[in-house]
Amino acid sequence: MKYKVSYIILFILSFNFVVSAQDHKLESDSIVKVQTTSHESAQGHTDGTHDAATHDNHNAHAKYDPAATAIHHISDANVYTILDFVTIPLPMILYAPDKGWDFFSSSKFHAGHHEDGHSAYNGYVLHHGSVHRVTDAGFPTQGEAEISGFTHKTETIEGKDKDIFYAIHNGKEYRLDARSTLDGGVLGGGITSFYDFSLTKNVVSMILVSLFLLFVFTRAAKAYANNKDKAPKGMQNVVETIFTFIRDEVAIPFIGKDKYKKFLPLLMSIFFFILGLNLFGQIPFFGGINATGNLAITMTLALIVFFVVNFNGKKDYWQHIFWMPNVPVFVKPLLAAVEIMGLFIKPLTLMLRLAGNISAGHIAILSFVGLIFIFGDSGASTGGGVIGTALAIPLTLFMMCIEIIVAFVQSFVFTILTASYIGAAIEEHHHADHHTAEHH
Amino acid sequence: MFTLLSFTPFQPTPGLAFWSLVIFLLFLYLMKKYAVGPITEALSNRETEIANALDQAKLAREEMSNLKSENEKLLAQAREERSKMLQEAKDLKSQIIAEAKEKAKEEANKIVSNAMNDIENQKKIAITEVKNELGAMAISIAEKVIKKELKGNAEHEAFVNTLVKDINLN
Repeated sequence: MKYKVSYIILFILSFNFVVSAQDHKLESDSIVKVQTTSHESAQGHTDGTHDAATHDNHNAHAKYDPAATAIHHISDANVYTILDFVTIPLPMILYAPDKGWDFFSSSKFHAGHHEDGHSAYNGYVLHHGSVHRVTDAGFPTQGEAEISGFTHKTETIEGKDKDIFYAIHNGKEYRLDARSTLDGGVLGGGITSFYDFSLTKNVVSMILVSLFLLFVFTRAAKAYANNKDKAPKGMQNVVETIFTFIRDEVAIPFIGKDKYKKFLPLLMSIFFFILGLNLFGQIPFFGGINATGNLAITMTLALIVFFVVNFNGKKDYWQHIFWMPNVPVFVKPLLAAVEIMGLFIKPLTLMLRLAGNISAGHIAILSFVGLIFIFGDSGASTGGGVIGTALAIPLTLFMMCIEIIVAFVQSFVFTILTASYIGAAIEEHHHADHHTAEHH
Repeated sequence: MFTLLSFTPFQPTPGLAFWSLVIFLLFLYLMKKYAVGPITEALSNRETEIANALDQAKLAREEMSNLKSENEKLLAQAREERSKMLQEAKDLKSQIIAEAKEKAKEEANKIVSNAMNDIENQKKIAITEVKNELGAMAISIAEKVIKKELKGNAEHEAFVNTLVKDINLN
């Protein structure tokens, strides 16, 4: 039985690689014909002169770039692509302050390879899976417009080299505005001219995972009602094992027997939501979503934890932050400074730890898969491809096993830290009692 | 850190943050209402039931062991009583035997002493009779002698009587 499972996994993996390898070969062939398809490359284009000569060089630029591929695969996308064959269009919900709301399906972009759109719609284009707005004058702001390709230049802005992307429409280049981000341009994304509230790949996978978890849990809950006074079976058993583990090893030890019931739904939801998304992202062929490796999602979870912890903070908790009891007075302000920093560092570490671990796992797997294309010289050398595949399969298999452990460990770590923060916030120390008792 | 954050997956997008908040809060609410709440309750109910059942089993076991020890006690008591009764019976038997022996001895002694008395009496009677006979015989002999030799001699008769008196047969 054990061996059968491993053979099946090996078969699936090798199939995946072969398909992807052919895919890349096709791509590099098609580049010669469709000269306008440009890819991210390490060398980049130095200048804006796009004549026929630079287009001829595209064949050389089409070399497999592992870093760009990895970044592309772990990023969120406005289309849901399965194996480059099936592209599921997703609803676009866009808002630009100067333009208003736009609602349409991402199928309007006619996404092709590398999730680049072949058309623009209402002034928006799809590049590498994510939506960008074009505000350059002359670009059609209403309806569909043909995009013959994308190109990019490295420009130096404020002493920093930046890749700026351009869409090619009617032979002219139009600058893409920065992606919709929350940082206001502070973190290098640039100031955004629009806000993207679309149901992206990650949003869709969150909905799918939530629905699946709710289905499993409500079934298990029903089983308790129907199967009263009987031993649990099937799904109920699986749910109960993890459920009682979280309750007995996380909630009760950290929060306490009297108060844990109030926070149990939050801990369970956090654990299963993260675990579900972690494992969903590990399924091959399924879009390889990286939801829990995305800072926006982990930030939301960390913020929820931050608010739950601080809204439930008791007098003792705040006293320990602002005026630590039982230490000399001159230490108190120092400790207060440290504690106030800790207040924000705690959710920040929650956010970064989860996103970092899951993204790192995805990048590691993609890098091992990338060995096939590096050895195979982007599809030019079949022998190298075979060697690369032989190397990549055991490495990827190993990494996938590690990733399954990481999926469980990271969701557990997030949950146990949440429980410990809540436990610290609601704990009542009775320091004052001890103090007065000592004096009397 | 800024270099790290300039990777696209590390730039938090407002849409994704908004949707993940909405989805997670909905998920939390539904989980609380339809899953975690009922399951927690069912589990704690079952746990108390199991604890109760275990307590009851323990109680029953205790009761049984109590019963058993009581039984053993009763048995021991019965055994003790039996041995006591046996002892008593034995004692009684030996007592009865001893008493009977005593009585028999007494009776026998009595009989013997009665017999002795009787014998004594009979002996006395017999001796007296013998004495009397002897006296009479002596008198008659003496009478005959005296009749023959000393007819009517009162002196002799008195002398003979003293002689007879002196004959003590005891």
